Amino acid sequence: MEKRGNLLNVSDLHVVFYTYRGVIQALNGVELWMNKGERLGVVGETGCGKSVTSRAVMNLIEEPGKILSGRVLFEERDILKLKESELRKMRGNEISMIFQEPKSSLNPVMNVGFQIAEVLGKVNNKPIKSQYKQAAQMLEFVGLDSDRVLTMYPHELSGGMAQRVMIAMGLAPNPKLLIADEPTSALDVTIQAQILELLDDLVEKLGNAVMLISHDMGVVAEFCNKILVMYAGNSVEYAPTKTLFRNPLHPYTTGLLKAVPQIGRTDELKAITGTVPDLVDPPSGCRFHKRCPQVMDICKKERPPFIQVEDDHYVACHLWGNKESFDEQKGGESQ
Amino acid sequence: MSETTTKPKTGWFHLMKPYFEDMKHSLYLWRRNKLAIVGSIIIAAFLFIAIFAPLLTPYKPDIQNLSEKLLAPSSQHPFGTDQFGRDILCRILYGSRIAIQIVLIVTIISGFIGISIGVTAGYFGGIIDEILMRITDMFLAFPRLVLAMAFAAMLGPNLTNMIIAISLVNWTPYARISRAEALRVKGQPYIESIRSMGASNFRIMFSHVLPMTISPVLVQLTLRMGTIIITAAGLGFLGLGAQPPSPEWGVMVSDGRSYLIDQWWVSTFPGLAIAIVVLGFNLLGDGIRDMMDPRLRR
Amino acid sequence: MNIWTYILKRLLLMILVLFGVACIVFFIAHVIPADPISAMLGGNAPDDVIKRVEAQLGYDQPLIIQFYNFISGAIVGDFGLSLRTNNPVMQDINNYFPATLELTIFAILISTILGIVLGVLSAVHRNKMIDHFSRIFSIIGVSMPVFWTGLLLLLLFYYRLDWLPAAGRLEFFTLPPDHITGMYLVDSLLTGNWEVFKDALRHIILPAFCLGFLATASIARTTRASMLDVLKQEYITTAKAKGLKKKVVINRHALRNSLIPTITIIGLTFGSLLEGAVLTETVFSWPGLGRYITQGLLFLDYNSVMGGTLYIAFVYSIANLVVDILYAVLDPRMRT
Repeated sequence: MEKRGNLLNVSDLHVVFYTYRGVIQALNGVELWMNKGERLGVVGETGCGKSVTSRAVMNLIEEPGKILSGRVLFEERDILKLKESELRKMRGNEISMIFQEPKSSLNPVMNVGFQIAEVLGKVNNKPIKSQYKQAAQMLEFVGLDSDRVLTMYPHELSGGMAQRVMIAMGLAPNPKLLIADEPTSALDVTIQAQILELLDDLVEKLGNAVMLISHDMGVVAEFCNKILVMYAGNSVEYAPTKTLFRNPLHPYTTGLLKAVPQIGRTDELKAITGTVPDLVDPPSGCRFHKRCPQVMDICKKERPPFIQVEDDHYVACHLWGNKESFDEQKGGESQ
Repeated sequence: MSETTTKPKTGWFHLMKPYFEDMKHSLYLWRRNKLAIVGSIIIAAFLFIAIFAPLLTPYKPDIQNLSEKLLAPSSQHPFGTDQFGRDILCRILYGSRIAIQIVLIVTIISGFIGISIGVTAGYFGGIIDEILMRITDMFLAFPRLVLAMAFAAMLGPNLTNMIIAISLVNWTPYARISRAEALRVKGQPYIESIRSMGASNFRIMFSHVLPMTISPVLVQLTLRMGTIIITAAGLGFLGLGAQPPSPEWGVMVSDGRSYLIDQWWVSTFPGLAIAIVVLGFNLLGDGIRDMMDPRLRR
Repeated sequence: MNIWTYILKRLLLMILVLFGVACIVFFIAHVIPADPISAMLGGNAPDDVIKRVEAQLGYDQPLIIQFYNFISGAIVGDFGLSLRTNNPVMQDINNYFPATLELTIFAILISTILGIVLGVLSAVHRNKMIDHFSRIFSIIGVSMPVFWTGLLLLLLFYYRLDWLPAAGRLEFFTLPPDHITGMYLVDSLLTGNWEVFKDALRHIILPAFCLGFLATASIARTTRASMLDVLKQEYITTAKAKGLKKKVVINRHALRNSLIPTITIIGLTFGSLLEGAVLTETVFSWPGLGRYITQGLLFLDYNSVMGGTLYIAFVYSIANLVVDILYAVLDPRMRT
């Protein structure tokens, strides 16, 4: 199996959830990779498996979920094979995660300073009490007034402030990889912009790799240099941001881009017909075939592999079965 | 789009419709829950015994037969006999009728009181709410049994007064819950729109607020049925409720106290009956409550 | 609002409620009984005896005056004389209450510790042996009537096994320790009276366990439910993502949050413990306030009933107040 990134390599990841309704085939062979210092955006509709993938990277999938097969290589180590104690050492240290709802992701009965100091105490292997000064510094780092905020409780903070605290907590150990699971989805639009700017600024300074998960193409386009599009538990397209927007190959990607309102666009917004498939009984072959405007016979039978069609551009679609058909198409579309 | 304006539907059937819908959905969920089923079996057995008691035993509960007094459990008397020679199993079976009476009447009365107070307080708010809630607090300031004891003693210890006494102390949780629900529903936009169409307060309360409160209150009603039986048994045990020779289970346990050393069965079996029936209600109530969990519903 | 304002508000509310409680108690004792005096004296008392007792108890006065007398007496703790014991009711209360308090406190200690431990173990090892055992134990415990449990315990530990004594707080010939709090366990410890301590302990175990049985079940259930709930919360995922050890996650992050509903239940069980005390005291012949009130009711000794009931309501209200304050201390969100 080729290693495509020098930081993180997820290959052929299968994850299921056992529920009373049946077995949910959440991840169906996901492929994902990142390089050091890179910013990868993972986009897709709700339920496509982006969050599950991020949890799998930290091996945080719990009952009723189960990782059936696949590999998650972080640098040289296979995360899925590590012992619990080694995993714990990595979490909150080399890999860090921030979540969507900052106010419910912070413990309501502890003050903010403690929760940050807790991370620092673990990383520096020192008692938590000694880490408050550094925690205060982190708060300043994310643009909060540490004198006021250090002893505040989560319910006293606004959404934006709480998310800044989460960022402080996430960046405190200066992780090699920061996973941000929909960090702005719960915030007002203006605050969203602030938070993204802050994150951009900080990560620039510290040099961490960031996996930004979102359903919002706009957010991802701003922030990330590479994008992975997911659909119903599969990776369907991967490309650098500019390439993806200029030349989307997968019909789903095209559909997504068409549905995003942009200032200056005058054409009609087109929604993708149909709804997300039921993952207990997913469609055969390519899971998108029922909604695909360019569906072919083979799509109903075989699942398309995730292959490279040009430099740093991968897609899982029978339209682009191989490099030749791609060059052919590209030639035919020249304008 | 139809142009006809529909008149608000009146009439008994349409008033009750929301209750029917809710019931259908509940029945479907109930069938899928194991705990509730076990509880239901116990309660069904309980009801069966209460209705068919005379057919299930050849003995009579109040006929004394001193030549057979204090016999150990045997094939003749599966639960033994008491100090007056009466068959204990027979008395337990007849006692179930008393227990059912108590549970049903207390539940109806206290449910009525509680829901009325709760919905009124929640719906009207303001000073009415404050007053009603303070009254509720006052009743809650007593341990329930002590207050029931006091009422029962003052009214005169007998079965009827005991039922009244327990009803008077049992309504508070229903008031709390229905008030909370009423508050929640009151704030919904659709209530305002109905009111702007001219619905009277009573109609709003009965047709719209009340159905929403039924589910959570129903859970409480079932959960409390076990407590009602225990309270009644406690009062009977203390001599403040039903009086001997009534085969009320609490009274029976008290009767057997003096014979505990050698004739343990006189007190043990009635107590066992209480425990099993209460267990049934608790299981049923738990099962219902799990079903009502909004995360599992819909 | 800060915590002191909160306490003050609750105190004022409590006083208001207690006043209402006094009204209810008065109503029960003076308004409900159709003919209290005759009932007390038995149906055949001669008229002049009835008149005399009426005057003595103040029953010949208009209801309002009676109420006023009652309230003004209650505030200073004067509930009149008990017809049964011929002591001032307050004196009786002072004699009997420590016994109930001791029993209740002991029962709470046992049930809280056992209950929380069972509940946490149950939640953390969900659906394994300990969970099933604990759940069965809980639901059975909540269904058994207190007095029956007591009789069964007596049957087993006293009559059959002869391990523990049946009645009272001490053996008949043992002298109680010097009176400091009135609670024998505490007093004997404070005065270094080891023999009496052991004896008192032997006597209190059975009734306390009987009383606490129900509460243990109740607390275990609530702790389990709230712990399971807490473990699903997002901040627990955050804690795990921070790479903290499982023990740390549970003890530091989950426990405090899950105890919040448990504290409420403990407060509620205090009330049920007071009721259970009435029954337990009867079964174990424990000379406490519960038994005092029960006997007062059976004899229609109104003064002792009114005084005793009001006193219990008072204690119960204070317990609830303490629970509310604890709640506010544990959960910073409550202080608003």
